[in-house]
Formats: sequence, C-alpha cells, structure tokens
Amino acid sequence: MRVKDVGDTAFAVDFDDGDRVVALYDAIRRVGPLLGLVETVPSLRSLLVIFDPLSISRAEMEARIRGLADRASDGDGGEGRSWRIPVRYDGPDLDAVAQACGLSRTRVIDLHAGRVYQVRMLGFMPGFAYMGTLPEALRLGRRGEPRLKVPAGSVAIADDMTAIYPWESPGGWHLLGSAEIALFDQTREPPALLAAGDQVVFVPL
Amino acid sequence: MSHLRLTTPGLFSTIQDLGRFGYGAQGVPVAGVLDPVGLRLANALVGNVDGEAGIEFCGLGPGLVVEAESVRLAVVGPARPILSRDGAATALAVGRCHLLHRGDVLALGAVNGAASAVLVVEGGFDLAPVMGSLSTFVRAGIGPLGGRPLVAGCMLPLRRDRASEGPLLALSAPFDHGRGAVRVMLGPQAEYFTETALEVLASAEFIVGRDADRMGLRLEGPRLEHKGEAGIASDGLVRGCIQVPGNGQPIVLLADHQTVGGYAKIATVISADLPRVGRMVPGDRLRFRVVDLAEAETARNALERAIQSARSSLRALAGELDLDALYSANLVSGMVNGETP
Repeated sequence: MRVKDVGDTAFAVDFDDGDRVVALYDAIRRVGPLLGLVETVPSLRSLLVIFDPLSISRAEMEARIRGLADRASDGDGGEGRSWRIPVRYDGPDLDAVAQACGLSRTRVIDLHAGRVYQVRMLGFMPGFAYMGTLPEALRLGRRGEPRLKVPAGSVAIADDMTAIYPWESPGGWHLLGSAEIALFDQTREPPALLAAGDQVVFVPL
Repeated sequence: MSHLRLTTPGLFSTIQDLGRFGYGAQGVPVAGVLDPVGLRLANALVGNVDGEAGIEFCGLGPGLVVEAESVRLAVVGPARPILSRDGAATALAVGRCHLLHRGDVLALGAVNGAASAVLVVEGGFDLAPVMGSLSTFVRAGIGPLGGRPLVAGCMLPLRRDRASEGPLLALSAPFDHGRGAVRVMLGPQAEYFTETALEVLASAEFIVGRDADRMGLRLEGPRLEHKGEAGIASDGLVRGCIQVPGNGQPIVLLADHQTVGGYAKIATVISADLPRVGRMVPGDRLRFRVVDLAEAETARNALERAIQSARSSLRALAGELDLDALYSANLVSGMVNGETP
C-alpha cells in the first residue's frame, strides 16, 4: 500500500490488488462517520480519501486510514451484494466483436455471460459501474470512432472491463446488448444501483 | 407563495451551493459554485448560513421580477445589475445587500472579468435538496428544478415572504482573490512526466483556452511531455487536479469534473487557490508555482482568515436609495468597477 498526495484536501491509497481497495472502502464505511472525512472514492487500484483540512490534519487523517487498512487487509471484504441482470444480446457491435476476437456470436455471448464480475468502481457518469474482469478472449481496445450517442441500458465491453450505460451518452465501448434496468435514480437512496464490491452475473434473455 | 420569477434566463444560470458531497463513489460529481468565496460572502451579506444556495450565472445574468412583498438580496462577482422600479432604472452595486419590493425588475447584466457571479436571497430559495444538495449537475440532470439551467418563466420560491428589518450590509472592501502564480502540489502522478515537463510546469505561462467550462480549464502553452503513456489505471479526482492527456496540454479540473479519470495528473491546485482558478475565463494567463503540503495548509488557513475577516467587517449602510443613486452616477460615468461594493 502506498499513499500519495492529491493536493492538500485528499490523498490516494494505492494497492497492487483491487480487492484491497474494496476492503478498505468497506472498512471505512463500517466504522461510521470519521471526523473531517468528506468522502472516499474507490477506483481500480486506488482509494481516494477526501478530507476537510480545516477539521483534521492530513497526518491525523492518514494515520486513521492506515489503521483501518491494517485491519481491512485481514481479509473480510466480500460484503458486496450479488446481482443477476437479464441482458438481450442484440448489440450493434456483437458481430464486429465476434469477428475481431475470432469467435462465433454464440461464443461471445457465452463468454460474456459465463462469469461473475465484480464492480471495481463507478465513474464517467453517475451510476456507471466498471465491472471486471472480462475473459481474455473478449479483450479489445476501445472503438476507433467513439459513438456520439450510446443508448441508455447498453451493455458494453472495452479492455478488461464490462459496463452498462446508465444514461444516453457519448461512448467508445463495444455494444454487445441491452438491459432494462434503472442503474441510477436520484430519488432512491442510494441512487446508484450498483456499488464497488458488488458481484454481477449477466443472464441472456 | 413568494417568488422570484425569471423573465430571461441569461446565458447559463444554475442553482448551486457549495457542492454535493458523499456521492463520489457512485460516480456523481460534486458540482457546486465555481467561486465558493463569492457565494459565502454573498450569503454573509444577507445573513444566510455559509452554504445556502444561490443562482450562479455565467456570461450574462438572468432578468427577474420580485413576486414577494419584499426581499433582501446580494450579488457578488463582476456583474452589472440594473433595478427597474416605477419606470426608473438604477444600477445596483455588487458586494452589498439590497432591499427589493414587489414588482421590482432586476436585470443582472453581463459578467465581465470572471467566469461567474452569484445572486443570493435572504433565507434562501425554498427548493428541495436532491441527494443532500441544491447544486445542479446539468449533464446528468441532477439538482433542483430538474437539474437543468434556469429558463424564462422559472419560479424560484422564497423561504421568506418579506425582508427582515435592520440595516443593509456591504463588504467593506473588494475581496482580494490573490495574484501571482497559482500554487500547486506535485502529483499524484508527477513521476509519469519528464524532468523537463516538471520544469515547464513551474516556469511557463499558460493561457486558458476557449472551451473552458464548469468541468475544467483547458490550458494552452508548452507541451508537458509524458515519459511514456499518458494513460493510467483510472483513479479518483478532486477539483484542482491537473490532468494531462496524450497531447500534453493540461486541463485543470473544476466543479463538474468526473469522479474518476484515466489520464496522469502532474499536479493539483491547492485548495486556497481553487476559488481564484474557478474565476478564470478564456484568455486569462497563468503560471504555476510548486509548494509543499505545509505551505498549502498555511495558505488555506490564510484564506479562511481573510473570509472571516471580510464577514466580520461588513459595514452597515445608512440608506438604500441614496447610495444607489451615487453608484448609478458612477456607472453612467464609467467609474464603477465590477468588484466595487
């Protein structure tokens, strides 16, 4: 674990292993409100800790987080929920992905739907969950030409990640299918359906 | 019900407070005013708590009609508000509280010299917070009034039906936002850049590019070279992060920045200088100076003391109309600078 400055109001706790990010994120949430802690943002191999420098010093905040990290690494993680999300595999890039990977359409679907993904982080847009990791055989870079409009609900892949677009937005991922699911609802608490650490399985319709 | 009714929306006007915290892990940007100092001072002028929401307007402010018995309001930032009452137009000074009455028409005018200005009302707007905040994040429609920019016809409900009694307050001096180099702390990915890039960052002049918006300032200037790839495993961002994509042109992240990003960040603007950076407009020139954590902490404490001092030295005005007449005369002869209280 490595701690790096992100200005004077935050630091990043970097790990080699994404599981430890989620474990620390959970551990911090479990202890309840910490004086001076504004919020934490988990990402692939890093947890961003944002604090109020007028309420707590950087040194003191770091000491508290390190204490929690020591306990979190004892490996109780895995508090995430499990989701089964029905997917209609009718995406506009399904054939192109099959061709680029040298697989049949059916094989692409079987591979994509045939494993349990873990939500590694949310970002890009509210409720957009990056889930990993994709089977090696399906790993492609982003599209050469990003789309200006990707429909909400699109199930997509890029690099070693898969995701569902919660909003219509521009996007450069390959679209394999669609899911009818409200990934973000600002009237709900929490508004995002998925959270870092959750496990997701796609069920072909 | 008491309202402000918008007759014209202005160029880009949104309801904002100091930001929506606690939802970054769900991918929700903090948003909030570009210039938190401006909002805090405006709130002090009308007796509100620090973080009460106001209207932030960029480029050209909205026009509105008072549909309440009376309301106290204040504008902070380089706007040119004009009050129309009983057929007569008067320029109102910014940086002070004004008492308006039913039927008064206020045109907030052009914003020149900073990215935005804010208007607040005594008691605040009677809007329901969304996810704990009245900030508006337009790209996902999160916030009050559908999370969208204000439009003509918008009714902004007031918590108070009439203004309180007592003297009107004004800032005793324009707030000093500081000048000179913008202070940054290196990192979190300074090691992704060449030695030359780090020297250039600390010495070159950059210009705020044309497409600056609430998400960030794209800077034009010498290229900041990466040692290798510009991409990193996406990690969390804060306001002030200076991310550098493959083209070597830095972007300073502002209020509406995404929660995570995949470009290396060479440095991060310290919190004391964020309000100042949030005021910058295309064409502004800036330099950076690298400081350490201790200097950043000292600077932040100094900023808080300056805000506290501005709040505790507000002066009470004798009367409304006489002073306005004076300011009006100044405006006609072109003497008013946008920051004069």
